[in-house]
Order: sequence, then structure tokens, then C-alpha cells
Amino acid sequence: MDLNTKFTPETWPAHPERATLEAKNKFVGFWLFLGGETILFATLFATYMALKNKGPSGFGFTTQELYTLPLVFVMTMLLLTSSLTSVYAMYHLKSFNFKKMQLWLGLTALLGLGFLMLEVYEFSHYVQEGFTFSNSAFSSAFYTLVGTHGFHVAIGLVWVTLLIFRNSKRGLNLYNATKYYTFSLYWHFIDVVWVFIFTVVYLMGVVG
Amino acid sequence: MSSVAQKSGFGATLWDWLTTVDHKKIGILYLLGGLFFFVLGGIEAMIIRLQLITPNNDLVSAGLFNDLITMHGTTMIFLAAMPILFGFMNAIMPLQIGARDVAFPFINSLGFWMFAFGGLFLNISWLFGEVPDAGWTSYASLSLHSPGHGVDFYAIGLQIAGGGTLMAGINFLVTIINMRAPGMTYMRMPLFTWTTFVASAMILFAFPPLTVGLFFLTFDRMFSGNFFDHTMGGNTIIWEHIFWIFGHPEVYILILPAFGIFSEIFSVFSRKRLFGYTAMVFATVLIGFLGFMVWAHHMFTVGLGPTANAIFAVATMAIAVPTGVKIFNWLLTIWGGSIKVTTPMLYALGFIPSFVMGGVTGVMQGAAPLDYQLHDSYFIVAHFHYVIVGGVVLAIFAGLHYWWPKMFGTILNEFLGKITFVFFFIGFHLTFLIQHWLGFWGMPRRVWTFMDGQGWNLANFISTIGALLMAIGFTVMVINIIMTTVKNERVGNDPWGDGRTLEWAIPSPPPFYNFPATPLIRGLDTLWVEKMEGSKEMITPAEPITDIHMPHGSIIPMLMSLGLFIAGFGAMFHQETSWGLGVLIFGLAFTFVTMATRSVKDDLGYYVTKEQILQDQENFKRGRN
Repeated sequence: MDLNTKFTPETWPAHPERATLEAKNKFVGFWLFLGGETILFATLFATYMALKNKGPSGFGFTTQELYTLPLVFVMTMLLLTSSLTSVYAMYHLKSFNFKKMQLWLGLTALLGLGFLMLEVYEFSHYVQEGFTFSNSAFSSAFYTLVGTHGFHVAIGLVWVTLLIFRNSKRGLNLYNATKYYTFSLYWHFIDVVWVFIFTVVYLMGVVG
Repeated sequence: MSSVAQKSGFGATLWDWLTTVDHKKIGILYLLGGLFFFVLGGIEAMIIRLQLITPNNDLVSAGLFNDLITMHGTTMIFLAAMPILFGFMNAIMPLQIGARDVAFPFINSLGFWMFAFGGLFLNISWLFGEVPDAGWTSYASLSLHSPGHGVDFYAIGLQIAGGGTLMAGINFLVTIINMRAPGMTYMRMPLFTWTTFVASAMILFAFPPLTVGLFFLTFDRMFSGNFFDHTMGGNTIIWEHIFWIFGHPEVYILILPAFGIFSEIFSVFSRKRLFGYTAMVFATVLIGFLGFMVWAHHMFTVGLGPTANAIFAVATMAIAVPTGVKIFNWLLTIWGGSIKVTTPMLYALGFIPSFVMGGVTGVMQGAAPLDYQLHDSYFIVAHFHYVIVGGVVLAIFAGLHYWWPKMFGTILNEFLGKITFVFFFIGFHLTFLIQHWLGFWGMPRRVWTFMDGQGWNLANFISTIGALLMAIGFTVMVINIIMTTVKNERVGNDPWGDGRTLEWAIPSPPPFYNFPATPLIRGLDTLWVEKMEGSKEMITPAEPITDIHMPHGSIIPMLMSLGLFIAGFGAMFHQETSWGLGVLIFGLAFTFVTMATRSVKDDLGYYVTKEQILQDQENFKRGRN
């Protein structure tokens, strides 16, 4: 592929993320990958629901006592906002405004980092209360479901950081446009999974 | 860069195979890797049968017997049948749709190396003397209490190999969606391509549950998780659900490509268009869909209740309908055809009655009340060997003879091929037919030995003799392969003479860029259309010959898989050693660094020049005359 073709906002294609065959392949392949990820999380959700509040005899933890909604609300807001900022980044990808795209992606990464730090705080808080991974079936299922999501967020942060720094000098081309676009797809996916975690784990845990 | 660097010598050849991203070479790697594990699994099967040849036999100990049955099942399903089918998909499917390569050559290579290292990891357990022994299904109530590292090898080895399978599935899907040549509409795709497509879609949705289930098992055994331990609030039935939500689609992932192979063979050697092509396609899709709806028929005796059992019983029986459609279409393809009984056709003809028998016993077990009687008896063993050996293995042997010329440029000896078939086919029925009765007579599956005087002696003896015949048949095939390779008599584009699909329109083996110019597809059975019109070149080009863009080879896929392989040992030993955790982190970090290297370093590929392509074409023409 030719990296040297110089584009202007006028010559930049309407769908740079799938303008070449390689790009189209990555685009379709990534959507399919997210389909598989959906099943992966569905399995984790089903297991969590089956093992919720289950522990050894005399087990003291319940979802009602454990979760604190205000913290989770802040985390949710951070992650939802980061999804919005990544939409702005994609807007600038399509209008060939590299600097603004990088800026919005940087903001996305910062919000994601904030989310992740709060999650680390949340987990360490639970562990201090004695709710460790090996404490019960409930805790194993909880940490695996929410932790897998957190791991995805961490991967996304490394990914977008690599993208931002790797391309900072050379700007947008049809080779890296797909890479940016698939990252944003991934980020939205993580966000949607979190919406389900917020509902199924936290809201239904405290209210239901 | 303009053309391919020419190197020679053993080191350069080895490096070429380690770094290749060419789908045809990766296909050969899958085939050889799969055959290697097929031999391993076969040896395990032989020892199992020899142990059961007489009552109260003690050829192997009870513990070793458990190791053998577990590794036989796991090896045959994950490391033999699937990789060999992936070999055919890789080598042939892109040629059938007129593509130059698969969509993700790099990921294709990664998928192979993950399979290779996962399989190696699983089988290294033999050297440690701690082998998986909880059965290929590894039900948690057994596997959690299995001492030593045996089941750890199972959980981590399959995790690595399964990741490779998922990647291969996505790769094939995107290849078929995006890279079909002009005119190759979905309803013009050969049946093997269609079954590859549906099987890949099933992989995409069936393998993530396996990934999750294996993680749970890994956590429970190595990281003090409590998913399946009921004393800690866990539930062992969750593993059974997760395993079969993966495991049932898995058997269709195996059998659909087998159906595809036979569809090609019936059509070519009957010199007829496949009867009911459209119905075949829809039956394939329907089987793929229903395959996800029936997993609980493996769990009728668990106690899910009459409602659940009834629903899953009906869904199970419904699968017989599209499968029946396929059987009748194959019969009507042969009907009135000009039949040539070659070795591949022999396998195809043998497949129909064998597979129908396996299917019928499947419907019998679909009736939940009857399944209570048959559950965990030798009837089950007989049933699934009838569908897997009578379906998948016969298809693998048929495909091996059918596509060998296209993959290697030589043709397997027909006489030896037929000898192989006779031994294998008779041996197969001798081994497994009698096992139905063994089941009725009450012999449970997975028993190490049995007492005299229960009426099982003769049946077990016959069964073992059959297994020996299969081994003889396979040995003849290996001899055939060696002889053919040593003789090295080259064949032309279409050695069977009646090829209908696009892979037979290009040289055997094809040049690494497959097609000098992308072909124009003008109908179902593209090559047949060209033949009927008497066209000289056998391919109508869709474009003039120009420079072709090709990807570079890369060692990174192998290194990434190696990192996971190392990390696996770290995870396994971290509880009892001080270095385990360090090795786990090092292995994962190694994989991530190599992955990031790939991401940061641009691979823009290179061009094969028009001059070189024209030169190649001249050489092929000269070679042909």
C-alpha cells in the first residue's frame, strides 16, 4: 500500500475506514470479532447470574451490602463520556482533521484511565472488606465478569496510546484510518458491555 | 522491492516455512500437523482396544487407561480432525472463490502456530507423566479432583489451540465475504466454500464459551476460584452447559466441511451438477443454526426437568430433516450420472450408508426416555464414532486423495488408495457396529476392563480386530504418500479430468499468487462452464495482467504463540514454585511485545511484477506440453 499519497479534506474519501480492500477486511473482521466477544460476555453474565450471592455456609456478603451506587455512577459517567469523545474523534477522522482527532482520542484515553483507576479502587476496597477472589463462587464470578471488562478497558488504553504516538508525526492516511476506526468500534463495544454490567450487576444487585 | 528473493539451502527453507503467510503453505502445515496428531490419537486408540481385547486384561493400568481415553478424544477432535479440515479450507477455499490469498495472511499464520503450540502443550503432559484423565469433556466434578497437573495441561493447551481456531474462523469468514472474484455471487460458491463459511460462523459463536469455560476451570484449579466447587457456592452443572454450548456446535463444525468435501466429489465423479444446489446451501445454513439449539441433549440425565428435555429432544430430531435433504441430494446427484469409481468416490459412496447409520442412532438418543437407557453405554461410543469416523474421517481421507494433486503436484496411487479404503472401511464397521450391541448388553463406556461371563468377550474381541484393520489401512495410506512423494511424477492442472470448480483451472500446485489475473466467474461450476464452451485458457480474466501486491512473511506469529506456550507453564506451576509467576508474566509480556512490534512496524507488502508473471505463465505452458 502507498503511504505517500497526500490527501486534503477534499480528496479524503467519505469512508476512509473501508476505502481499500485491506481496510474493508479489517472492518468486517473486527465486527465479526466483536460478535464473538458478545458471546464471551454473555457466557460471563449467565454465570454471574447463576452464582450471584452464592457462597460457603455462613457466607456474609450480598450484593445489597457490597455495592455502592454513587461510585459506580461516576465510573459510568466517565466511560459514557469517553464514548462520546471517541465519536468526536471519528467525526474529525472523516473530515480529515488529524490534530483534533488526536486531541479527542487523548481525552478519550484520559477518561478511560479515570474509569480504570476507580475500578481498581473499588476492587481494592472490596478486598479490604474480605470479599476476595477466592472467598466464594459469587466473588469469583463477580471479579471475572467485571475484571474481564476492566481488562478490555486496559487493552483499549494501551492500543489507543500506541496509535496516538505511532502516528503523531505522519498524520492520517488510508493505512491507519482503519486502525483508528476499529479502535473506536472496540471502545463503543466496551461501553455497551458496561451498560449491561451497570444494569445487571449493580442496579439489579442493589434494587432487584 | 520488485520480486521475491531467491534463497536456497535447508536453513532458508526452514525459515520460509516458519515465516510463511501463503495460505497454500499454511494449509500444508495444518495438514501435516493434523496428520501427526492423528497418528498419536490413533496409537492411543489402538492401546485402548488392545486393553479391551479380553476380560480382566491388564495391559495398561486403570489410571493410564483414563489418560488414554481422555487424550484420544481430545487429540482427535481438537488436534487432528479440525486442523486437517483447516488444511483443506486454507489450501482450497481461496482458490475456489478466485482469491489471491485469505483476508488476513498474518492472522492465518498466527492461528496455525497457536494450534501447533497448544497441541504441543497438551501432549507434553505425557513427558511429565501427569496426563489429563477426566475425559475429553472434563466434567468439573471429575476434573476439579484430578490430582497432579493433568487437567491443567488440558485447560491451558486447549485455551491456546482454541484461540487459534477462533482466529482461523474469522479469517475464513472475511475471506469469503470480501475476497470473492467478480461474478462469484454467494449462490455460485462451491459447496465446500459454503460449508467452510457456515462452519466458520459456528466457530465464531461456539468457541468463546469454550474460552470462558476453560478460564473458569483454570481459575478453579490454579488460581483458587470457586466456579464449580459446590462447597463454596459453585455449581458443577455450569461447566456442563458451557462445554456443550460449545461442544455440540463443534460436531457440526467438523461434519459440515466433510459434507462440503463429499458434495464436490459426488459432483465431479458423477459428471453432473450437484443435485439441488440451492437446497444444499439452505440445509447447510439450517444445520448451522439448529446446531446451537440442541446442546442439552447431552444432559438429558442431569435432571433439567421434562419441559427442557422435551424441547431439546424435538430440536434434536429436527436436525435430521436438513441432513436428510442432503443425503437425498447426494443420491440424486449420483443417479443417472456417468460414474467413475476413483478412490475419493469410493470414500464418498461408503460415507452415505455409514453416516446414515450414525444419524439414525443419533435420532434414537434424541428421544429422551430412550436416552436414559443408552446414556454412558457403549451405544454412545458406537454412535459418535459412526458420525465422526463414518463422516469426518472418511471425508478427510477422501479429501486427501482428491486434493493431494492440487496441494502437492503429484497424485496418490489409485490401487493403494483402494486397498486403504477396503481395509479402513471394513475395519471401521467391524470395530463399531458390534459396539451398539455391547451398549444394549449393558457395557458402560470408559471402563478400564470387564469381568468374564457377561457375554461381552466375543464382541470386544471383534471390535479390537476391526481396529487393527483400520490401522493396516492407514499404514497403507502412509506408504502410498511416501511412495508418491519419492516418485514425484508431476501432474497437470486437472488430473481427475472432470474438475468443475476453479481450483482445477490453475497449475498444481498453483503459483504463490494463485491467479495471474483475477478470474471472471460466469456461473456455478465455473470451470465446467468454460469447458462446455471449449475455451482454451479455462479462465476468463476479469482484468489485464498487472503487478500483484503480496504480503511479507513474518516470524512474529510463531513468537507470539511461543510466548503463550511459555506463559502456560508459568500458570501451571505458580502455586508450588517461586518462578511460576515470573514465567507467567514473562510469557504474556513476550506475546504482547511481539504483538505491539507487529502493530507499530508497518508491513506494506511488496509487488510481483507483470514481467515475472508472464515469465511464469510461459514456464507453465512449456511444462504442460
